[in-house]
Amino acid sequence: MSKSKSEPLFRISKRDDISFKKALMIRAIALAAALLVAGIVIIMIVHVNPFKVYGTMFLGAFGTRMRSWVTVRDIMTLLCIAVGLAPAFAMKFWNVGAEGQILIGGISTVFCMKYFDNLPTFVLFLVMIITSMLCGAIWGFLPGFFKANWNTNETLFTLMMNYIAIQFTSFMVAKWENPFGSNSVGIVNNDSMRGWLPSMFSSSPGDDYGWNVVIVMIAVVAMFVYLKYSKQGYEISVVGDSVNTARYAGIRVNKVYIRTMLISGAVCGLAGFVAVSGASHTISTSTAGGRGFTAIIVAWLAKFNTFTMIFISALLIFLDKGASQIASDYHINEHVSQIITSIILFFLLGCEFFINYNVKFKKSSKKSKEVAA
Amino acid sequence: MDTNLAVEMRKVTKTFGSVVANENVDMQLRKGEILSLLGENGSGKTTLMNMLSGIYFPDSGQILIDGKPVTIASPKDAFKFGIGMIHQHFKLIDVFTATENIVLGLEDNKKFDLEAASKKVLEIAEKYGFQINPKQKIYEMSVSQKQTVEIIKTLYRGAQILILDEPTAVLTPQETEKLFAVMKKMRADGKSIIIITHKLNEVMEISDRVAVLRKGQYIATVNTSETNPQALTDMMVGRATVLDINRPEPVNPEPRLVVENLTCVDEEGVKRLDNVSFTAYSGEILGIAGVAGSGQRELLEAVAGLYPVKSGTIVYSSDYKNSKSLVGLDPLSIRKMGVTMSFVPEDRLGMGLVGTMGMTGNMMIRSWRKGKSFFLDRKSPDKLAQKIKEELEVVTPDVNYPVRRLSGGNVQKVLVGREIAAAPSVLMTAYAVRGLDINTSYTIYNLLTAQKEKGVAVVYVGEDLDVILALCDRVMVLCGGQVSGIVDARTTTKEEIGLLMTQFRREGAKENE
Repeated sequence: MSKSKSEPLFRISKRDDISFKKALMIRAIALAAALLVAGIVIIMIVHVNPFKVYGTMFLGAFGTRMRSWVTVRDIMTLLCIAVGLAPAFAMKFWNVGAEGQILIGGISTVFCMKYFDNLPTFVLFLVMIITSMLCGAIWGFLPGFFKANWNTNETLFTLMMNYIAIQFTSFMVAKWENPFGSNSVGIVNNDSMRGWLPSMFSSSPGDDYGWNVVIVMIAVVAMFVYLKYSKQGYEISVVGDSVNTARYAGIRVNKVYIRTMLISGAVCGLAGFVAVSGASHTISTSTAGGRGFTAIIVAWLAKFNTFTMIFISALLIFLDKGASQIASDYHINEHVSQIITSIILFFLLGCEFFINYNVKFKKSSKKSKEVAA
Repeated sequence: MDTNLAVEMRKVTKTFGSVVANENVDMQLRKGEILSLLGENGSGKTTLMNMLSGIYFPDSGQILIDGKPVTIASPKDAFKFGIGMIHQHFKLIDVFTATENIVLGLEDNKKFDLEAASKKVLEIAEKYGFQINPKQKIYEMSVSQKQTVEIIKTLYRGAQILILDEPTAVLTPQETEKLFAVMKKMRADGKSIIIITHKLNEVMEISDRVAVLRKGQYIATVNTSETNPQALTDMMVGRATVLDINRPEPVNPEPRLVVENLTCVDEEGVKRLDNVSFTAYSGEILGIAGVAGSGQRELLEAVAGLYPVKSGTIVYSSDYKNSKSLVGLDPLSIRKMGVTMSFVPEDRLGMGLVGTMGMTGNMMIRSWRKGKSFFLDRKSPDKLAQKIKEELEVVTPDVNYPVRRLSGGNVQKVLVGREIAAAPSVLMTAYAVRGLDINTSYTIYNLLTAQKEKGVAVVYVGEDLDVILALCDRVMVLCGGQVSGIVDARTTTKEEIGLLMTQFRREGAKENE
């Protein structure tokens, strides 16, 4: 033997099970490490006390009553999209078309606000919710239908549908332009506030976002029950695990594809309604703003458990709000604050590896010599 | 130090998570001998050999080659020490020729010369009595030819120590004879050979010594000439076992499933089943034998409504009346017609079970649709899961523990248990005992016989001919998607079935020439 290869430095094996306590501890360590590393970066780049920066982040998200409500509002919108993605992803149907489904839901909401504003308030909201879900469902149906009948690739298909939705939104924005030449729709029903989701604790809309919470939480609970306890939810899990097993069990896979995508699109469409009627009161090509993709991260990290999604959406939105606050308070480039949130995310996502895998380091050299002797 | 030893393994331990695959295993391979490594499924035979061939690295322990301690960290290291392993699943590239596969990955710093390599391949083949065409592509080869390529691949690299992992599992009795002849020639040439197997008659026939593993532990090594199958079984299982299968005569058999001229083609348009006709009777076990991939899977799936039928008929009947055609129906429609057909598919986790769910979730595969409620009924499947867990002694921490984390034998128990619990009138099983230990295998045989006595038409696709001949009433032999014969299991012989298994393929080979 010319050169002796020794035992590898470390070995990685998949964990069978990990206790909840241990998983929580790994996450806590990850958070501590994240704050430490981010702190070092802050000192090196912006030369300020990192604790002050973290404090600023917190104030950015929860500093005032209004800020807290806006944070909650944004959490709810992201959460709603993630809930919409849950059934499709549980079925291993890679719906990356939430962006488009949100936009279509948003357009239909604006349409109702503009043309049905003479309906009684309650009926108007009902119509808005139903049409936004219906339009989102159509956007989800198409890729599902094509997958079921011609086995098209759903990732490409749903992605393309996003671009169609964006172009369609541009078209509608041009059509509804107000004032003329502004290239934007402006705030719809700015005077009458018709179709604006009301505040729960006050008479003026936008004072709080209680109803956003109510609508989204209904979706969270309903989707949880649907996936876990209904027969259709069972079908989704079986299809997601193995299409062959599903056929064997007498499940009509094509029907499940289409039905689930109808539901997934509908809930994403509802998110469009929440984003327009419950927040921006306008529509533009950036209404979805990448949240359809961020929600994929939320859905995955939560392993499709809609209750876990609440915490993950909250974390992502908190980091986002905190980052913009740092940028404005310390007059630093927005990118620097994004570096900080990226560091925190890197650690928090990276620690999942240590939760799923066990890393064993090489035994001390003394011990391995004993074995060799 | 014993210089007569080619390989010595001392106190080798390997764990996967909490599973101990090998614990302090000692093994010695002498130069120029054939050693059988015997043990039940899951006893750690393949793991042990994988450590010798560099695929796994031991947690602790020591390996000596020719008396010198060595570190084998990769398959490349293993080749350096002259160790070659022929895996159960061949590692060949289909679109390459035999020679191309053999020289693939070789680094000898010489000019790449396929002609010279082919010549050397032929020399090796001649020396040991292989039959091979170096220019034939792998996809044109039969299973036994592919195995030949794998063996020559290791010899080409100068292997002195050969490890064969269950080489006879995919061979007909005649092909097995040929392989054994080659192995004896290699032994005469001074090569040391380890053969992993759990077929006792082969152990007795080919090996000089037998090393027995049980549940990851080394039990003993004995000289083949001084032992017998019963003693070996007892060592393997750890207690005395009875190797008899009770086979009552069928009572009042009547046609239950009549298949006529069934032809199926796959997505590429290749015929998988060609004019298959047979009848499965109630109260009997119909065995289906054949080399792997002769159409067994397609046949069962076609009957179950999972494989498209091109032409032919499948008719289900009960009590000579109520004939129902099953062609063109999916499993749901078949069940809605009132035909209770149970099916244990070959691909357990890919077709029969949902790996991410527990036993309860998997019981629902059969029952989830019951009732008009929008919601699932979890109570009765949960009860059934508990019952199967107790009756078949399924080792699982909980009925909701994901079945993909269970061992192969336990997975199979869950599947077979569920299918029998459905009280079928037709029960089809593909390789029902694959991966099971001896005791559980016999439990399954008894369950199948009990079903037969209840008047169920049982179809048993198997690979072990000894078992097929002892368990079944009639045996249908498939070859290349065609029925090459249906024989009485009580009067036929292994040799007759072996010939039928290759009959059509030989004709096909002639056409090619």
